[in-house]
Amino acid sequence: MSAAPMTASAAGLMGCHACGMVVRKRHAKPGQSLRCPRCEAPVHARKPDSLQRTTALLFTAAVLYIPANLFPIMTVISFGQGQADTILSGVIHLAHGGMISLALLVFFASVLVPVLKLSGLTFLLLSVHLRWQWRPRDRTLLYRIIESVGRWSMIDIFMISILVALVKLGNVATIETGLGATCFGAVVVITMFASMSFDPRLIWDVMEEEE
Amino acid sequence: MAATTPTETVAFIACHECDALLHERVLPPGSIARCTRCGGLVQRARHDSIDRTLAFLFAGLVLFILANVYPFMTFRLEGREQVSNLVSGAIVLWDEGLPELGILVFMTSIGFPALQIFGLLYVLGPLRFEQRPARHFGPVFRMILAIGPWGMLEVYMLGVLVAIVKLSEMATLAPGVAFWSFCGLIVTMTAANASLDPALVWKKLGAAR
Repeated sequence: MSAAPMTASAAGLMGCHACGMVVRKRHAKPGQSLRCPRCEAPVHARKPDSLQRTTALLFTAAVLYIPANLFPIMTVISFGQGQADTILSGVIHLAHGGMISLALLVFFASVLVPVLKLSGLTFLLLSVHLRWQWRPRDRTLLYRIIESVGRWSMIDIFMISILVALVKLGNVATIETGLGATCFGAVVVITMFASMSFDPRLIWDVMEEEE
Repeated sequence: MAATTPTETVAFIACHECDALLHERVLPPGSIARCTRCGGLVQRARHDSIDRTLAFLFAGLVLFILANVYPFMTFRLEGREQVSNLVSGAIVLWDEGLPELGILVFMTSIGFPALQIFGLLYVLGPLRFEQRPARHFGPVFRMILAIGPWGMLEVYMLGVLVAIVKLSEMATLAPGVAFWSFCGLIVTMTAANASLDPALVWKKLGAAR
């Protein structure tokens, strides 16, 4: 890469994670913290313990992802008859009902996005850990996509919250929530925290060392 | 607050994605600047950023109140009726033994958007009308930016859409005033976020102090 710009870190500077102000690196006196003069956030050159935190959160999410898919997210009880739906069977029912576009949307949000986040973040963590030099720009783009797309997985959770509030008609029709919904909600929240704790600058730090 | 070691500031931009040190550019309104190394968004200049954001926020505040006061949806099945409000889903989840899920739904559909509206009004109001920063603007504005991804109005709307389609086979659904207000709220809050230029606000806050 020609004319690569110098990094803030190499110049002895660090950008505030919260407000973007660039401050000179220095060591905090013992018992004190280094704070941004403008927004008062703690400043550090890189997100603290980024790899460890992201790994721990990602592992938790991956474990929870199993019950999230195995257990039903809700059960529709109509005239005494119950029909339990997992995330995947909900998508299949939508598709069978002729709602192909909606089925695709839910499939994207509830199946594809979580898988993309779990595998994508694992890939990014590995790439930093193993000091890969491969396409840093594209890996940063991947991170950007993972970070922005995660919230859309909440569609299923919101759908359930609306259904349980509306369908409360005694023995004619009621809807019960399942364990799968709680697990799935946890997966969405934890993967969001995981992507927030990953620091994309680590991808570029590796490039720096080799140059 | 814990004692802090003073820091020295420098007039540069550090790309928040790859840490490249870049010169700040004066951009024409409506344009953006990307990092030369990683392509990340480093600057974006808006037209009348603060005025427009405030206008959208005031409109959003009105719609937010309407969306929470009026009925959201009416469900009719075999002569029976069930009216629900925006907050109903979260309450039912809480009551049915899923408090975590209830809190999650409440915060992402009502709590965080409310914090965002009031927080932004609190920070931008004094800045626009009295040319002074609000008290504790640092932590407040930081909180607003941090909760941004957790306000999920548009995702909630898609959830509503899927629920409507699922129920349309067995029952009749009638959207209420809150439903339409909520649609408007999504538009105004998206517009408010699109016109907000956090870097500009930070700069003004820092300079006015």
